[in-house]
Amino acid sequence: MNLREKLGAGKFVVTCEVGPPKGVDTSDMKRRAESVRGKVDAVNVTDQQSSVMRLGSLAGCVLVKHWGMEPVLQMTCRDRNRIALQSDLLSAYALGIENVLCLTGDYVTLGDHPQAKPVFDLDSVSLIETARELQNGHDLAGKELKGAPQFFIGACVSPEADLLDPQIMKMEKKAAAGAQFFQTQAVYDARRFAEFMSMVRHVNVPVLAGIVVLRSAAMARYMNEKTAGIRVPDKLIQEMDKAADKAAKGVEIAVRTIAEVKGLCQGFHIMTIGQEKRTSDIIDAAGL
Amino acid sequence: MKAITRQKAPAEIEKMLEKDLRVFLVGCGTCATMCHTGGKDEVLAMAGKLADLGKTVTGTAVLPTVCDALDQQAVSENLKRIGEADCVLVMACAFGVQMMALYTDKPVYPGLDTLFMGQEMAPGVFSEVCVQCGECVLAWTGGICPITACPKSLLNGPCGGAKKGKCEVSASTDCVWELIYQRLRAQGKLDYLKKPRSLRNFAASVKPGIYLVDGKDDQLT
Repeated sequence: MNLREKLGAGKFVVTCEVGPPKGVDTSDMKRRAESVRGKVDAVNVTDQQSSVMRLGSLAGCVLVKHWGMEPVLQMTCRDRNRIALQSDLLSAYALGIENVLCLTGDYVTLGDHPQAKPVFDLDSVSLIETARELQNGHDLAGKELKGAPQFFIGACVSPEADLLDPQIMKMEKKAAAGAQFFQTQAVYDARRFAEFMSMVRHVNVPVLAGIVVLRSAAMARYMNEKTAGIRVPDKLIQEMDKAADKAAKGVEIAVRTIAEVKGLCQGFHIMTIGQEKRTSDIIDAAGL
Repeated sequence: MKAITRQKAPAEIEKMLEKDLRVFLVGCGTCATMCHTGGKDEVLAMAGKLADLGKTVTGTAVLPTVCDALDQQAVSENLKRIGEADCVLVMACAFGVQMMALYTDKPVYPGLDTLFMGQEMAPGVFSEVCVQCGECVLAWTGGICPITACPKSLLNGPCGGAKKGKCEVSASTDCVWELIYQRLRAQGKLDYLKKPRSLRNFAASVKPGIYLVDGKDDQLT
């Protein structure tokens, strides 16, 4: 069963993410990906995350598939116009990639080529519409395709956005445009996540709750100050502060969060940012 | 709207003028004066800097509005001193530089970078108001322009990048989509945000923009 079939059948799923290298030596990426083989249902391959130039997500997905796992192609609107995005969607499908996570993308100046031209011809909502149009057999110009792809379309949402109402409106638009699953920004507070899920129940699309593993109290404070859509409760920061073994505590908190919110969602999307071994530890400890 | 400008770095100006000894300086009495980049004071300061570099300033003129064709008259009054110069350094917006290039055969150099069309919100604080996208969306954005004020020019609401109401691109810039949301909520018009917005038509703003009134626009297609 693939991701689409599992979620369609109401099965609980786990995804994680692997970032491609800056360069063509994919051995470390392979090692990281293989550390979660057999433990996750699919692996997201990031699209030059944080606007840092790297090996592309399409090539990364082909590699992940080659290494025996199911990839999720992350696609942002930052670097490509609608011609390139449609073409890459067709290319991905022709290479056997079905899962596509449609994102707007970080702004260019956040990365390592701040003088590059930002594109943003489409946004997350219109990229989802675009994937759906291709599925319907035509491109955005209404021209007929010779063979239509069939994607499993994903989108993201931030349950802890400072201003939640427009975030939910956009989630509704993404679902209406054709999003078939959501992966969320990090979740740390089960009660607030439960409130969020009750607010979006009508959207009726599977939600995979985001888990970002804490490494230190400083990381949590930094994210609270700087990272959009993340709010780590003070109680967890204190726990991290007091812990002797920070890595073990981070995993423990992730496992606890998973247990607390498991009944509210259809799966988890675990982000360990380069430390995929911890993804595997969390999955084992959480019994996923 | 005014052309908001910033003076080029002295090193860049020095490089432009490296082969020219005699310079005529033009300032502008409108936008560049307001921006303190090409008014009387700045033109005189530039004349001093050029003298320090060993250049001869054959003359200076702060024209009322360099981009206005009427200023050709003012230019003609300075033809002699322009004629004595190897080049003209124009401390006006790029529009002014291009107009000066029509009025004289001498090489014309820009002394300023034109940043955007905007207004002065507070003394010394300039902000962009319109990027001339050719398809005004203000009707359903509460009169606040996301094409201009959102770095990604998003049409379907905020990205996930805002933190504490500020844009991911700059902690000193408000997330314009949060402002639009607040405005539309106050107006009872949130349904405007619920509607998916179609793709932008960049063919509406192909460069160079040319517009012919009275149906002559059809000739462009």
